[in-house]
Amino acid sequence: MTSITLTVNGEPITATIPPRLHLADFLRDHLGLTGTHLGCEHGVCGACTVRLDGAIVRGCLVLAVQADCCTVETIEGLSDSGEVADLQHAFAARNALQCGYCTPGMVMTAQDFLLHAPADASRAAIREHLSGNYCRCTGYEAIVDAVETTLNARRTS
Amino acid sequence: MRPFLYSRATSLEQAMSEAAQSHAAIMAGGTTLVDLMRGDLTGAEHVIDIGHLPGLAKVELDGPVLRFGALARMADVAELPFLKQNYPALVESLQLAASQQIRNAATLGGNLLQRTRCVYFRDGVSDCNKRVPGSGCTALDGEDREMALFGASDRCVATYPGDWGTALAAFDTSIEISSAAGTKTVKFADFHVAYGDDPARESILQPGEIVTAILVQATPAGRHSTYVKVRDRQSYAYAVTSAAVALELDGDRVTAARVSLGGVASKPWRAPAAEAALVGQVLNQAVALEAGRAAFADAKALRHNGFKIDLGARTVARAAMVAKGKH
Repeated sequence: MTSITLTVNGEPITATIPPRLHLADFLRDHLGLTGTHLGCEHGVCGACTVRLDGAIVRGCLVLAVQADCCTVETIEGLSDSGEVADLQHAFAARNALQCGYCTPGMVMTAQDFLLHAPADASRAAIREHLSGNYCRCTGYEAIVDAVETTLNARRTS
Repeated sequence: MRPFLYSRATSLEQAMSEAAQSHAAIMAGGTTLVDLMRGDLTGAEHVIDIGHLPGLAKVELDGPVLRFGALARMADVAELPFLKQNYPALVESLQLAASQQIRNAATLGGNLLQRTRCVYFRDGVSDCNKRVPGSGCTALDGEDREMALFGASDRCVATYPGDWGTALAAFDTSIEISSAAGTKTVKFADFHVAYGDDPARESILQPGEIVTAILVQATPAGRHSTYVKVRDRQSYAYAVTSAAVALELDGDRVTAARVSLGGVASKPWRAPAAEAALVGQVLNQAVALEAGRAAFADAKALRHNGFKIDLGARTVARAAMVAKGKH
């Protein structure tokens, strides 16, 4: 067992955990932050996307012990702060989710794109950035639409 | 995942000492090691986390050498303006690999040491000389579309999956390796072991040795370089074929060329026959395709991967023409 101290969604957390526990399981099972989903647990599907020290990572390919002394942000944090409120509304308005399983990871990655993309970013650039997040329901068009809508709205606001 | 001991290294010396113990594994970003450990593919009982060691993530021009600290993150390096301008092949190989989440965590040193994506190695149950030496190679009678045309043998036909390593092979690259015995550099061509020669080994790294830097000789060919990657889908997939080409040009005439191949070989694979076919020529589509064909003249196809000979030749040809057009 290893003791870790980290900040999750702005709150300091200390926990004692087995080294083999990955970050997504830690968030879900130890902290009850079940917005971070687990799909493949092989680093393929993107459902477990969270921010680690400001950069999005695969929660299933990061051990919780690696996050010792780090800052973690999850979909709960981004939702509660209102950071992604416009993006969430755009997803709902455009039916960019059906079963919703991929949606938290998709929103995390889309917000990462919106924070870093130039204002004239293309749909191709959106698709490229989201390519590490799988959705088996929507066929992606609606998701790309929602991200593009948000990009345009933020540019003019 | 099996339980293991975890320690976070506070110095390189400590990491090298701990890594010399049996069943120890070095972890940097963890994106490849964690996945391998979940598949019970490493035998690691002690993981030494070097990801937070200071001073090993710098990228700098050190005289005539581009020095990439082994802990530099793929995503960070792919955004360096100096590199984009002067070594597009290196940047493109990073941009076209993995996904943003993985590039944010994965390091340049760890990237070189990723293991093959061969399904028979990864599934944990098929006969595989890489996983269980002497057990056989299931791919020989199995699905071999993804398998290698170069550097394979009847013991192993897996492909090396990396893009960054393939691009590095198109430059004069060395690997800096540190251990308790000191620091040494080895030519990149000698760093990886062709799986066909020794399936159980991936590189010359010994226990206690850690990759600390990747050294690329500065060259004007960097400006006229590119990495072309052909995939089964447009993004987020391993190479079916890929090629890195770096050229020195006098007008349209090629005065020096480096060509390397990905997706088709058991290690980052340089193609000297393609280089010879380019040097001295006025580069046009026909010359480029001839170079591509030369690159694959010695290819040994299995049952289902022969299509990669023609596809690979055209990948080289496209890369040569794109490299020519860069400035």
